[in-house]
Amino acid sequence: MTDSKLILPRRKFLTGATLGAGGLLLSGCDALTENAGFRSFLRTGEALNKGAHRLIMDRSALAPEFSAADISPIFKANGSISGDTPAYNAHVANRFAAWQLRIDGMVRNPLSLNLAQLMKMPSREQITRHDCVEGWSAIGKWRGTPLGLLLKQADLSTKARYIVFHCADMWAPNVPYYESVDLVDAFHPQTILAWSMNDGTLPVRHGAPLRLRVERQLGYKQAKYVMRVEATDDLKKFYGGNGGYWEDAHDYDWYAGI
Amino acid sequence: MGYECMEQTGLKPGDVIKRHRLSTRLWHWTNALTLLVMLMSGLMIFNAHSRLYWGKYGANDDYAWLVIDDAGNTGFIQIAGVRVETTGVLGIWKDSEGEVKRRAFPHWATIPSGYDLQAARRWHFTFAWILAAALTLYMLRSLWNGHVFRDLHIRKWEWSPRHILHDITQHARLRFPTGEAAKNYNILQKISYIGVIFVLLPLIILTGLTMSPAMNAAWPWLLDLFGGRQSARSLHFIAAFGLVAFFFVHIAMVVLAGPINEVRSMITGKYRLPGKREPEPGSEPKLPQGEAA
Repeated sequence: MTDSKLILPRRKFLTGATLGAGGLLLSGCDALTENAGFRSFLRTGEALNKGAHRLIMDRSALAPEFSAADISPIFKANGSISGDTPAYNAHVANRFAAWQLRIDGMVRNPLSLNLAQLMKMPSREQITRHDCVEGWSAIGKWRGTPLGLLLKQADLSTKARYIVFHCADMWAPNVPYYESVDLVDAFHPQTILAWSMNDGTLPVRHGAPLRLRVERQLGYKQAKYVMRVEATDDLKKFYGGNGGYWEDAHDYDWYAGI
Repeated sequence: MGYECMEQTGLKPGDVIKRHRLSTRLWHWTNALTLLVMLMSGLMIFNAHSRLYWGKYGANDDYAWLVIDDAGNTGFIQIAGVRVETTGVLGIWKDSEGEVKRRAFPHWATIPSGYDLQAARRWHFTFAWILAAALTLYMLRSLWNGHVFRDLHIRKWEWSPRHILHDITQHARLRFPTGEAAKNYNILQKISYIGVIFVLLPLIILTGLTMSPAMNAAWPWLLDLFGGRQSARSLHFIAAFGLVAFFFVHIAMVVLAGPINEVRSMITGKYRLPGKREPEPGSEPKLPQGEAA
């Protein structure tokens, strides 16, 4: 037996072992993804990310704002492109003249405001970047009513911890879109309920008559077709209990700062 | 060099030296696992939008410098307008059940193997903490224990073009340093390791952070550094494939330099100074001892 004959099987063994390990790794990773314990380990990333972001960032640190020259020529419309229920379609036909935004839940002074009343309130304009969880970005100009202002007018209860946004678009029977933010984001100066986009009326495909902008988070938090704003102390009370449609239906992270 | 062998002189081929510190070995294998998970979960995330752009914004109606997609029954990759057919591998391929899928990267390259954006993001963002923490600790440890200065620091004389050219030709002829000369990293190794530790890994971590809208509010300078979020996403992808390229060259070098000895040295730290090339099946002419010294 010479050394050279020994080496060959070794190499074959190494190649085989590598390929085998690769296959094991792949099926192993899928099995781990399904494993409850490992899933909760992977979820620690979300808590770490939110904690780290809040640690290094001032509560009111602003998302970057851009110049008019930076606005995307075409702002991609994703997710629902219409509310598409009989009630919503009637509002569209009526140009939202009879539409009213309700602000209720854990507030001492529930409000009902129509579009004209919202537009008469102090508003904020911002040119910001919209980042989809899928990876693309679009820059647009938004004008809307600061959510913090509305919550102050509604006299938010000190027990409230989250703000839930109920939307008109249905994703399945009895499964409407909804989203939620905590009070840090609710009172952030750039968090607005936008009724104007790129100097025009907010188009239906982008969430008419009202959409949320919460600029330090991803696209799926930017709820379109907002019909009702509800203050609550617990997200478990709503639908799947995870604070949003994508969070319930596809296990997306509730904190979408990354 | 630099690890308890500073005073050892007159080393000859076959001598066993201590080569890799514990910190290096731990970091190496942590990285091997972490980077593989990061790459494969990253490819799955890329599958959610398989287009890359330069600048601040970029979506389907904007010009993409890289596209992986399908057209009819053809998969393709298109870079700067040049289209190459990749049917079966990129853009359109069959999964393990033989079902045709129209996604950029195939099931065998992604974690999870099926399309699952949220699960891939969880893998990616959790292992990112391990990658970043391990790199930070290793950088600090390597500065502290002298690894950077003694082993990676490129000496003035090594920068001479003649020396670099010599090393490149020796590598191209698969003639590697032997005996005492194999104790030190050569110039090409130093450049690769410095490139990975101080350029590619920091680049991939920082461009990754730049894609986070919250991090943009916390550290807006990141966007200025990389020229916008979509540029950062492109650079993130390029850095990932830079690391893939490093991996393949690294593995090739390990195999050529003697895989058993090399892998053992990264596990136990002990390294046998090579004298000649690993014997090949069938005899090849012997190289002179100490050829590359």
